[in-house]
Amino acid sequence: MSDSGKITLALAGNPNAGKTTMFNALTGARQHVGNYPGITVERKEGFATLATGGEKREFHITDLPGAYSLTAYTQEELVARNHLVDERPDAVIHVLNAGSLERNLYLTVQFLELGVPVALGLNMMDEARKKGLTIDSDKLSELLSAPVVETVARAGKGVKDLLAAAGDLAESRKGDAWSPLTISYGPDLDPAIAEMTEKIEAAGFLTDRYPSRWLAVKYMEGDEQILTLGRNADIDLAQELEAVTARVSEHCQSTMNTYPEAVIADFRYGFIASLLKQGIVRREPLRERIEMSDRLDKVLTHRALGPALMLGVLLLVYQITFSLGQHPMDWLGLFFGWLGETAESLIPEGLVQSLVVSGIIDGVGGVLSFVPLILIIFFLIAFLEDSGYMARIAYMMDRVFRMFGLHGSSVMPFIVSGGVGGGCAVPGVMASRTLRSRKEKLATLLTAPFMACGAKLPVFILLAGVFFPHHEALALFLITLSAWAFALFAARILRSTLIRGPSTPFVMELPPYRMPTLRGLIIHTWERTWQYIKKAGTVILAISILLWAAMTFPTPHEADLAPLNEAVAEAQAHVDGFPEDTDQATLAQAEDDLAMAEAALAEAGLANSLAGRLGRALEPVSQSAGFEWRTNIALIGGVAAKEVIISTLGTAYSLGDVDPEEAFSLAGHIRSDPTWTTPRGIALILFILLYSPCFVTVVAIRQEAGSWKWALFSIVFNTALAFGVAVAVYQGGAMLL
Amino acid sequence: MSAICLRELQLGQKARLVSIDAQGELGRRIRDMGLVPGSEVEVVGRAPLKDPVALRIKDFTLSLRNNEADHILVEVVDE
Repeated sequence: MSDSGKITLALAGNPNAGKTTMFNALTGARQHVGNYPGITVERKEGFATLATGGEKREFHITDLPGAYSLTAYTQEELVARNHLVDERPDAVIHVLNAGSLERNLYLTVQFLELGVPVALGLNMMDEARKKGLTIDSDKLSELLSAPVVETVARAGKGVKDLLAAAGDLAESRKGDAWSPLTISYGPDLDPAIAEMTEKIEAAGFLTDRYPSRWLAVKYMEGDEQILTLGRNADIDLAQELEAVTARVSEHCQSTMNTYPEAVIADFRYGFIASLLKQGIVRREPLRERIEMSDRLDKVLTHRALGPALMLGVLLLVYQITFSLGQHPMDWLGLFFGWLGETAESLIPEGLVQSLVVSGIIDGVGGVLSFVPLILIIFFLIAFLEDSGYMARIAYMMDRVFRMFGLHGSSVMPFIVSGGVGGGCAVPGVMASRTLRSRKEKLATLLTAPFMACGAKLPVFILLAGVFFPHHEALALFLITLSAWAFALFAARILRSTLIRGPSTPFVMELPPYRMPTLRGLIIHTWERTWQYIKKAGTVILAISILLWAAMTFPTPHEADLAPLNEAVAEAQAHVDGFPEDTDQATLAQAEDDLAMAEAALAEAGLANSLAGRLGRALEPVSQSAGFEWRTNIALIGGVAAKEVIISTLGTAYSLGDVDPEEAFSLAGHIRSDPTWTTPRGIALILFILLYSPCFVTVVAIRQEAGSWKWALFSIVFNTALAFGVAVAVYQGGAMLL
Repeated sequence: MSAICLRELQLGQKARLVSIDAQGELGRRIRDMGLVPGSEVEVVGRAPLKDPVALRIKDFTLSLRNNEADHILVEVVDE
């Protein structure tokens, strides 16, 4: 990989060790974010240049996912490990939290055992000093035979030195074979490991990728990936090796009541302890930082005060996002409205105009109007994460959410998606990124779209006004509560069926509270937003055009439209034909006639389109929930964006353009129609609450879940559940009345 | 002194780890955090609903659920 003279580096470290800050300090804006194919783990790469004494060195740095060790239990760790063995970076920069060196060195030892050249950055030295720690980094460097540099990445201190040290290390070791460190694992394991190493070496078993003793240790640890690779490579030898580990494992269990994996960890920590005992860390009793953090925790996670403050923080996040985001969203709306009108006046009436205005401009405009929300929400989430408060939210909420197979961190996506009414599932689904446990994350992002998002609210307000006049507020409150009930219930169902399995261990660090750096927040926010914009430009635009086409084609035969067209022309002529001094009432009457004629034309077009035909075809089925074809069309349109439901229903009812904010005409129509019974109204409310997420959300689900499979599943599952509930309500209501 | 389950520790009590009987991912995560026999822990907090628990170990704080703490045996250290 190290062609063209660039030095390739991999950046590794524990979560909360300041790795991301270090990556930003090293590469600045010269970075690129993507995903590893097929999984949701991020792949960040960046470039750095270092000029020392007239010599210029170029670096290509890959930011590995944060990990505590190099086992095969999580995607993150596997990605990190595979990157090292497959891409063979010239060196690894390992960022450690100098304040908890012992635990951080646990990962270092595993790099050394793999044999890859490692340069250590003892980061957060300022905090460590405040804690009263002094670290002899020269001695540590000598004992580990690896360069060690003290850094404070937040302030940019030592960053260049660390890069230079990694560069020197990479150059001095270039072309050499990896030289793995050998640690003793005690009298019970060592002989078996030696025996296995010999066998592995003799057969050249997987040794093209991995060092032989490392493989033996991984067999001892019962590493799933290596076991599978082994079986595929040489089944006989694999079985021999597995027999050895089974023997040792049995021995460990019968004599010491432990497992080889645990013994290996004990010896690794023992190795670290023996290093540190040689006078590397000196500690004065000055635990200021931790005490400050502890005192904050006494308040922020207090039994009564903690949850109250947390509720306040969550509501504040919500308030800031949607009140601050409103204005730029409105501006974008106005801009795209203006763009649409301009296009309308420039392009002659017809299909091209319709495609450009309704398909492209409305589609992209709708999608880009989310950008302010996404910017703000990710800024705030980054702040909560970097400050350490997000971990406390998870800590406080875990007991409740665990009952439903979720995780304490699930609360944020639910709230943002509309858990208090009027959020948005797009940033909500994207907020599930803070969940590191896969199953809980999946259950969260599949159920968060049930919440009453801002786009569904106008529909609810309209229907609540019709069916529960004077009790709209109570109705909306009950709708929000049912959203929570359905989301948690569905999560429970999913976690005991399709996403079954024990909950991911909660064991996690509660990092000390820290003030986030603005630079880190901005980079983080921009990355997320840019990813979203890129999606908007491709997938979402394509789907938007498809939906436009479904609501436009096939166009009715000219012959069928002729009478309607004539009616419009006639009404137009009538309006135009009045002399200037005609009285207002007559003029208004004529204009109403024209609007009605145009609405009839629009209805005919919609009814004949693919969506219209689908709406009619579905009517026999949807009748059991009380929905006739006009409602069906509106619901199909709602997949594009929930705010479209009202306007589409308006067109289907031949009411012309219905403004969702002032849908009096539609409300009046529904109120005066005897087929719109209360059960039918409730069934429709619940159906809209629960059915398929809008396609922008579906694309967000695809991005976070890592496959189209789950995105499609969310469409089918949510719609099926919504339909079941709607039928039950409608039929139940019909029986009662 | 006899070993008790980590769950039974009171707030503010210190203890030394005796054994961890957890395998697989849970066992690995516990060990990753430096919870190995011999290390000292102190209960520094409990979540509002008594679960999970916050532990101080050496230089940092971690949290784990009660049912995860059940796999860990400790002996109380007197101050």
